[in-house]
Amino acid sequence: MTVLEVRELSTTLFTRRGTMTAVESMSLGVGVGETVALVGESGCGKSLTALSIMRLLPDPPARITAGAVVLNGRDLVALPEEAMLDIRGREIGMIFQDPMSSLNPVATVEKQIAEVLAAHTELDRTRARARVLELLEQVGMPDAERRLDAYPHQLSGGMCQRVMIAMAIACSPAMLIADEPTTALDVTVQAQVLTLLKRLQQDSGMAMIFITHDLAVVAEVADRVVVMYAGRKVEEAPVDDLFEAPKHPYTAGLIGATPVPGAARTERLADIPGMVPALNELPAGCAFAPRCPRVMARCRTDRPVLTEPRPGRLVACFAAEKDAA
Amino acid sequence: MSELLSLSDLHVRFHTAAGVVRAVNGVSLDLAVGETLGLVGESGCGKSTLGKAIMRLVPVSQGEIRVDGADVTHLAGTALNQMRRKVQMIFQDPYGSLNPRQTVGRSVGQPLVVAGWKRDAIAARIDELLRLVRLPPDAKQRYPHEFSGGQRQRIGIARALALSPKLIICDEPVSALDVSVRAQVINLLEELKQQFGVSYLFISHDLSVVEHIADRVAVMYLGTIVEAGGRDQIWKRPQHPYTKALLEAAPIANPRLARARRRTVLQGELPSPLAPPAGCPFHSRCPIAQERCKSDRPALRPVGEGALAACHFV
Repeated sequence: MTVLEVRELSTTLFTRRGTMTAVESMSLGVGVGETVALVGESGCGKSLTALSIMRLLPDPPARITAGAVVLNGRDLVALPEEAMLDIRGREIGMIFQDPMSSLNPVATVEKQIAEVLAAHTELDRTRARARVLELLEQVGMPDAERRLDAYPHQLSGGMCQRVMIAMAIACSPAMLIADEPTTALDVTVQAQVLTLLKRLQQDSGMAMIFITHDLAVVAEVADRVVVMYAGRKVEEAPVDDLFEAPKHPYTAGLIGATPVPGAARTERLADIPGMVPALNELPAGCAFAPRCPRVMARCRTDRPVLTEPRPGRLVACFAAEKDAA
Repeated sequence: MSELLSLSDLHVRFHTAAGVVRAVNGVSLDLAVGETLGLVGESGCGKSTLGKAIMRLVPVSQGEIRVDGADVTHLAGTALNQMRRKVQMIFQDPYGSLNPRQTVGRSVGQPLVVAGWKRDAIAARIDELLRLVRLPPDAKQRYPHEFSGGQRQRIGIARALALSPKLIICDEPVSALDVSVRAQVINLLEELKQQFGVSYLFISHDLSVVEHIADRVAVMYLGTIVEAGGRDQIWKRPQHPYTKALLEAAPIANPRLARARRRTVLQGELPSPLAPPAGCPFHSRCPIAQERCKSDRPALRPVGEGALAACHFV
């Protein structure tokens, strides 16, 4: 069952240097209990996609210019801001990369989490405090009771991220968006947070969009993967298929560039030449063409659209189309 | 192989308002000519401070640093500059480590100026260095902000290479870069090693990158080395419980392997270096800790295969 469906969403940046499409015709569906990873390098539009879904875009310069975001049957794009206030935190939770700067530095842990409860529930202060404590225990906060009165600067990065997660799940949302939630954390703490998110998801059946640049993290958490490049979806596949037989040369390049521990040692990592193009300097044709090892004449003039060679597998690439034919 | 770098019982202590931070707490380590030694550990374990101490960028409190057999622990002035021709460093943030108001050519040529090179020779060397790191020749007239993160890291590498050092200390050189660009920089570092026989002390929290590039690996925890050994030994037969925990915690870019493996997630977080636990620094998080670990600090000792580990129970 689909919890959230993004249909042909486009988000445009209106800047002094011109108008740029940061997210173009993006479609995405997440089901109950499912984790969809949104992968790509800096500037590919993965975070802007998340902010568009949450309607948290900085406007100006960013504005949704087309498409729909359907959550439980309603299109969020069309809703007034007051209605969104009610939906954020209650129906969709979000956690961010940098937990330290996402928390209010002058409010205690209890106050920050209780704020979410005050906005969406009728709990009185004593019952709210009990619920906050329960949430902190649920997210595995060490010494939970003592942390109620702590301020963010007294907590480690891992503990701050646990507080963020507690806030995000306080009202048991059906949908959680996690934007690089472990990028700022050490590996052992990253493992703790990933395990926690998986456990919470199993307990509640929450749907999750997990945004990351790290393919190793994708392999750990995702059921399905969407790869983005220069604002567009270039490939989508179940996680095993994507790693075993990537269809888009960019996906193949990303996988080749990520060392796998324990794998036979190769002399060179497969790198991708060049770098991600700026949004206002996108080439005509396929945006990946200048870096692509399989580039053909056609790629430089025409833009490949998404095709679905098999149900659930999508790819936007002329070379992949040739393979399938 | 002969030792290029040799550290014995090195200590770095910072005196702060909150107390004494033992950032590096008795580290002994050797690095051979032509070797890449990976130094891994989590934030705050002292790995960057150790790198800076070797460059003599932070004061050494106790112990000895030898480069090419010579004691450099207390060098100053000209003698220190001489030593730094042999040992250079590249940093995590390639933007913060370049002067934004100097052209790339000036930044890259600065070590040559300090070394007293003639102007013509400097200009020729800058061209050569930019070619080596595959930057366009016109890069030397441009400023750091005109370059991407990966290109800036190449500028940093060119500057480090200027005086043909024997050792380059790489402090998280690819951590701030995107995946595709990260692979380019790693490949460049490996080519330069083959071409010039330079050695690397490669400091990183990213185990998969270290496994790819290192010949030998040292694992640091709270200012001390808890295990050191060959790359294969560390990955296939880790001895110290912390090494095992780190390897198990690292995500694997292969979904089937990731699901299949058994994994014990290490609880808790790194204790404060202001108040490190008595005895073994790892005992507060160790899955196999015993009474003894709370009072006796285990020494780093041979555990076979040329590996060293600091644990009472290996």
